[in-house]
Amino acid sequence: MANEPTLVKCLIWDLDNTLWQGTLAERDKVALSDAVRKVILGLDERGILQSVSSRNDFDNAWSRLEELGVAEYFVVPRIGWTPKSAMVKEIADELSFALGTIAFIDDMPAERADVSYHHPEVRCYEAERAADLLELPEFTPTVMTVDGRRRRQMYQAAAHRQTARSEFAGPDEDFLRTLGMILRIVRATEEEITRVEELTLRTSQMNATGVHYSDETLRSLLADGAHEVLVVTLDDKFGAYGAVGVLLIEKFEHAWNVKLLATSCRVVFSGAGTILLRWLTDSAANAGVHLVADFRRTDRNRMAEVAYGFAGFRSEDCDCATEIPPTSEPETARLHLAPTRQGPPVTMTVHAPDLRSPEAADLVWGPPASEA
Amino acid sequence: MPESTSEQLTIAMIEQRLLDFLVERTKIEWEVGQDLFESGVLSSLFAMELVVFVEKAFDVSIEREDLALANFRTVRAMTDLVLRLGKAADA
Repeated sequence: MANEPTLVKCLIWDLDNTLWQGTLAERDKVALSDAVRKVILGLDERGILQSVSSRNDFDNAWSRLEELGVAEYFVVPRIGWTPKSAMVKEIADELSFALGTIAFIDDMPAERADVSYHHPEVRCYEAERAADLLELPEFTPTVMTVDGRRRRQMYQAAAHRQTARSEFAGPDEDFLRTLGMILRIVRATEEEITRVEELTLRTSQMNATGVHYSDETLRSLLADGAHEVLVVTLDDKFGAYGAVGVLLIEKFEHAWNVKLLATSCRVVFSGAGTILLRWLTDSAANAGVHLVADFRRTDRNRMAEVAYGFAGFRSEDCDCATEIPPTSEPETARLHLAPTRQGPPVTMTVHAPDLRSPEAADLVWGPPASEA
Repeated sequence: MPESTSEQLTIAMIEQRLLDFLVERTKIEWEVGQDLFESGVLSSLFAMELVVFVEKAFDVSIEREDLALANFRTVRAMTDLVLRLGKAADA
């Protein structure tokens, strides 16, 4: 049908007098109607993500959503004091959804006007229509797409994981062992480059270089025999995390230059960043080369500096670096490591290519089978 | 023995604060000489927390040359680091 509307992938709810009745900041005892609750659950079943855009104190509003038993249905909430048009854009960006797949519901005409003005693609609904949303064709997928379902599973898996973690009384290490994590490192293909670019843009905490490599640059290096563009994904018993890391390495005779190493803040708790560095260290030791990592300090990547430091990287001179041309990026230090072989990780299994040769078989590196 | 004032942290005080932090954070009891990273699974997040905790709790600043595993491997090593950095700041 030519006039079939584009399906909504994410509905963003206002809270006061839209999702619930009453105004939280005025100490109203806000209530959730059965009709709205039914819509929240119905949309969730259909694989449509839901988020929140509200002018409120975050902790206060979020704990009320928890009390009402619906907090778990909302991803990437924005509760604060920035304009709603900005919140809506942030939510769309964080989910990687086009604005044309976003819907916004709010009782205030001024808020809807602000969102419509800045983002005319976003479909806006008056609060009175909340109860009817399930009847609308744009909220009624005929077929659940694999992508949509998977995205929801990812967010749901993250929620379940969080619950399991908070309920686990023992040491973190023991908890991590229970997850059965599998870290997959693969040489990037054209298809994966887009995911990679997202990562280098978003993952500032562990972006050790502080340098952004564009889609084009990375794409041009795919066929370059001297460069390795590697994409890292993580899975566990709760589901997939998706793409969680990216590595760009240029290989010289005596050293591998790590130009980019970024991991998602979503997996910081898992130790994946540390294990990625250990895998790289082991691979370099195995190949008989040193590692030279580009590092530019930003105000948000101290974790990367700590990770490099604890992995043994130091600001020191070595003959291995003479073959590496100076970097064009300003204020970029080079951290050096003469690597040694590393024992396999005990909390996850790593599947990785053998970086010594494109033809070599992949390697599996992890706990002994009896423990896995 | 260097001169010490009543405000100065003793080795025992530093060790105790570190041990308290570790048991709270890892849910395991540690000895001052025990290797925290032996199993190799403590995450970069934990490493980061440890660095931030040491800096805040003892009012020291840890620069790149001291961000080494050897300085954080045991409670004793961290205590040495705190004393060394504290002394440098007083000088």
